[in-house]
Amino acid sequence: MKPLTTEEIRAVIAAGKLRDNLFKATGVFCLALALIVIVALVADMVIKGSDRFTLDFFLNFASRRATQAGILSAWVGSLLVMLVTAMAAVPLGVAAGLYLEEYAKRNWLTNLIEINITNLAAVPSIVYGLLALGIFVYQFGLGQSILSAGLTLALLILPIIIVATREAIRAIPAMIREGSMAVGATRWQTCRYHIVPYAMPGILTGVIIGLARAIGETAPIITIGALTFIAFLPPAPLSTLGDGSTAGLFDWVMAPFTVMPIQIFNWTSRPDPAFEVNAAAAGFVLMAMVLSMNAVAIFLRYKMRKNIKW
Amino acid sequence: MQIHDNPTLKAEARNLNFFYGEAKALKNINMPIYDKKVTALIGPSGCGKSTYLRSFNRMHDLYPGNRYEGEIRFFPDNTNLLAAEVDPIEVRMRIGMVFQKPNPFPKSIFENVAYGLRVRGENNKRVLDDKVEHALKGAAIWDEVKDRLADLASNLSGGQQQRLCIARALATDPELLLFDEPTSALDPIATGAIEELIHELKKRVTILIVTHNMQQAARVSDYTAYMFLGEMVEFGKTDEIFIKPKDKRTEDYITGRMG
Repeated sequence: MKPLTTEEIRAVIAAGKLRDNLFKATGVFCLALALIVIVALVADMVIKGSDRFTLDFFLNFASRRATQAGILSAWVGSLLVMLVTAMAAVPLGVAAGLYLEEYAKRNWLTNLIEINITNLAAVPSIVYGLLALGIFVYQFGLGQSILSAGLTLALLILPIIIVATREAIRAIPAMIREGSMAVGATRWQTCRYHIVPYAMPGILTGVIIGLARAIGETAPIITIGALTFIAFLPPAPLSTLGDGSTAGLFDWVMAPFTVMPIQIFNWTSRPDPAFEVNAAAAGFVLMAMVLSMNAVAIFLRYKMRKNIKW
Repeated sequence: MQIHDNPTLKAEARNLNFFYGEAKALKNINMPIYDKKVTALIGPSGCGKSTYLRSFNRMHDLYPGNRYEGEIRFFPDNTNLLAAEVDPIEVRMRIGMVFQKPNPFPKSIFENVAYGLRVRGENNKRVLDDKVEHALKGAAIWDEVKDRLADLASNLSGGQQQRLCIARALATDPELLLFDEPTSALDPIATGAIEELIHELKKRVTILIVTHNMQQAARVSDYTAYMFLGEMVEFGKTDEIFIKPKDKRTEDYITGRMG
């Protein structure tokens, strides 16, 4: 082949650059489309719900009058359910992921377990709701409580945490593990001093992604029987109850509850259009809750990763 | 230091075979390791020298499908390091290792060195301080890090990191120290410092070092073994191996006709 002349080389480069720019433009367009939709949704909620962004909205219980209705029981319920979910799912998920990566032998059984964990992540959440209704609510007699809801959502996000834990562990170079074992450490010492701490930023990301998914779940919570109209809070630990007795430290886990998505769903299904304002405002609050969870995760991850270099 | 004619035996491989699954990586290796001497393992890539080295502290046990045959006798107690009833953790507590690439933990300089002691249950601050200082001095890095023991080890240069890893291995007073191409990721100056250190260390500890650098083997070792395709081709005093090798294959490798 004859070598190209300078002009020909320039022509080739120009043609290549044109395609470059075309793709860049397409990419920017797609990205903008996605962002515009999100911004529009949020803006819509903010504008529609602007009348309700008052302190009362956060401190009032549900009411038949839209202007007086608030989300107190819903946001408290959501936070408490998330607390139970995290307490149950994080230790279980991290331990399971750690076992699979660091201890389990590679054979057909672990392969089968692995495939099924991935499958579990794809099970529709309503199915978890049905399962929980049978097991937690009736079999274990936990009732339609915060505990039942928390455990249900914990099951739902367990696969996410397990997968995130395993990926975070796999990102740790083998030479770190070998370095630890070479001085005579046991597997457990290696996990405790190295694997878990170094995997923590990744695990945390998985936990937050899981919780962000859980906080928006409606179907399984409805299935296990969360209330849609509730005008009291779960008993605070050691508070004095209506009958004069003192609440135990964990009485709140057995209390009936509602959560943000259910409150929103409830308001959107009312005929009175004034409730739509409430729904929009509550939707924005839910979104802010998720975003602030993400912000906390990003901050913690950044702080932790700063010190982890190999 | 002169090589004495009657060195004591620290370890000895006897009819050692090693398998990665079906693949035989070490073929009937017999070789002595002498006490307080430096023994170098040389040979072309893939000849099994690292595999052999990693048999001493049972690193292969960390991965499934690996199998040893034969013995590595460890003296003075004449333990077979490879015996199924010998706990690999016990073996690793007696035999230290320094890796090809410096692998400090993403923790402070102090914690890196103290780790081996912590693993052994030592938590007394004064004992830790003492032993960490001693180990860092032993690895000739104390003067460079004494004012910043709390700093992250990853902020050190590559050569410093490798000396820190040596300190980590020294802190627990190993009887045998394994070096797996310890300078292959370092520049010539850092390499020189490590070689000098190895020279100092052999007063206290027996050393087995894998190197792909023949000059390095000639500089630091008392004994040299040439390995080829999983076999121990020739073992002898370093001067003899380099000046008048007995085996044609050793000669070819040393003179650069092969490898």
